[in-house]
Amino acid sequence: MADSAIDGGRVWHAEVARRTRRRAPRAIGAYALLLPSLAGLALFTYAPLVQVAWDSVHMRRAPGGAPGFAGLANYDAILADAAFRKAVVNNLIYAAGTIVPTLVIALGLALALAHSDRVNNLLRAAFFMPVLIPLVAAASLFLFIFLPNVGLLDFYLGRYLAHPPNWLGDPDVALYSIMALTIWKNAGYYMLFFLAGLQAVPDEAYEAAYLEGATSWQRLWHITLPYLMPTTGFVTVIALLNVVTQVDHVFVLTKGGPSDSTNLLLFYVYQQAVESYDIGKAAAGTLVSLSVLAAVTAISLGTLERAFGGRT
Amino acid sequence: MPLRRRRALPLATRREVAPRIGLGLVQVAALLWLVPMAWMLVASVRPQSFAGPGMASLIPDVAPTLRNFMEAWEAADFPRYYLNTVIIVAGILAVQLLTITLAGYAFARLAFPGKRSLFYLFLLQLMLVPVVLIVPNLTMVARVGLYDTLAGVMAPYFASAFGTFLMRQTFAAIPRELEDAAQVDGASVLQRIRHIYVPLALPAFLAFAVVSVTAHWNEFLWPLMVINSPDKRPLTVGLAAFTRGQEGAQAWGVIAAGTLLVVAPLLLLFLLFQRRFINSFVTSGIK
Repeated sequence: MADSAIDGGRVWHAEVARRTRRRAPRAIGAYALLLPSLAGLALFTYAPLVQVAWDSVHMRRAPGGAPGFAGLANYDAILADAAFRKAVVNNLIYAAGTIVPTLVIALGLALALAHSDRVNNLLRAAFFMPVLIPLVAAASLFLFIFLPNVGLLDFYLGRYLAHPPNWLGDPDVALYSIMALTIWKNAGYYMLFFLAGLQAVPDEAYEAAYLEGATSWQRLWHITLPYLMPTTGFVTVIALLNVVTQVDHVFVLTKGGPSDSTNLLLFYVYQQAVESYDIGKAAAGTLVSLSVLAAVTAISLGTLERAFGGRT
Repeated sequence: MPLRRRRALPLATRREVAPRIGLGLVQVAALLWLVPMAWMLVASVRPQSFAGPGMASLIPDVAPTLRNFMEAWEAADFPRYYLNTVIIVAGILAVQLLTITLAGYAFARLAFPGKRSLFYLFLLQLMLVPVVLIVPNLTMVARVGLYDTLAGVMAPYFASAFGTFLMRQTFAAIPRELEDAAQVDGASVLQRIRHIYVPLALPAFLAFAVVSVTAHWNEFLWPLMVINSPDKRPLTVGLAAFTRGQEGAQAWGVIAAGTLLVVAPLLLLFLLFQRRFINSFVTSGIK
């Protein structure tokens, strides 16, 4: 536009007039088209964000009384709550202990099953099926798998172990049992993204490596993995979202117990809101989850924009 | 292996590390992965339904029975749960298709002030998935009078950032000339969307539908909070209550049968339309 202004003022003026005439009704049309979505987002994303921030700094002084400003009292309360601290630590262990193994398994599966033939498609389907069942349904099945003495694990593995642990009843073991379920459920999902990512590795890169006489490990390390970096970043973001947002299995299998050993952040929030009716603590807990998500967002905005073709 | 045959293989897989050490391993892993569902199938038709030494066996029984299914069907109102889940899933999808089409078109084809900021406002929902906001969302649902209704379960999902982006990308790839021709003929914006963009974007709509239906068929925590009356429970909430009851009775065969009833529809669809499901999930990324 600057160029045309130099070329001739009149042309430029006519151009601006034409554009604004056309743009004004168009803009209104655009907002009208966005309105239904924005209304939904306003009611169930933006307003709740404000609400939860407000709730987190207010507290009811007496049961049934009006909530009054409480500063950071709710945050002090959750920080003083051993169950909350336990939930945060558990969530960190849960994140590290599920994301890393699931990604490694998913990548291995994708490498092994990259070639599409009848057998490999069947194998892919076997790994993908857990993705499609509800997490509560998976938990119902694992309830029996982890059952002491007569459950699947003890029935088949118990004979090789002198003292099989109480998979869900032992506070030192229960979180790891829950993690096993998560890995089982998600590996097939992440595998799909790695399969798609492998398609994008250019053949020339491998040709060159062959000519150079690179070993298969070298090819994996220097060609395949670098090309899969964007995919890995994307899958990591999804996996991080999952560890913050999915707690259905905790609800069915352990209810956060024994002695809070399987409590996760979102389940703690649920407990505060539904079981203790403590909206202030629930809100403060939610804001902790939200800040984790905000951090993930900030780190991964580039990844997401690439994935969704974010240039507007 | 003759050279020509070898060339047909994607190079990523040819003599790569994982295939060489891995194919056998992967087959063993696949069997392991199938164990929970194999047990569900076998145990659901097992004559002995209570916990005993043989309950865990993965070897099918000689005389299968449907008694566990009958007991599950009587213990919980599965037809009602199915109906509720179908209403929720279909309701969410119907509204989503409308909102994402309109918003997707606006982002793909129109220029307007604030476009970039609005785009980021949408992006926010990809991260702040409604389930994290269960507590304030519940307050909102109660405020608009939707507590303990199926509409209350659906409401937070009516706008979908993921769907909007998917449609934006799909629409942007459709040649503008088609629309220009229709515009010359005097077609309105809505007519152009309806008759030009929507028919050409059907594969994307289908991919979105698969992901949306799967996500909401399987959702648990949010409907658990919104729904209070037992007759409004969706399948997942019904199954959790049912499992708790049967667990007390140690009726594992009945739990297996009930779980099978809940997971069967989606798994059957998947087995029938495998490729479609897999492609949809690859485009999804975020539900």
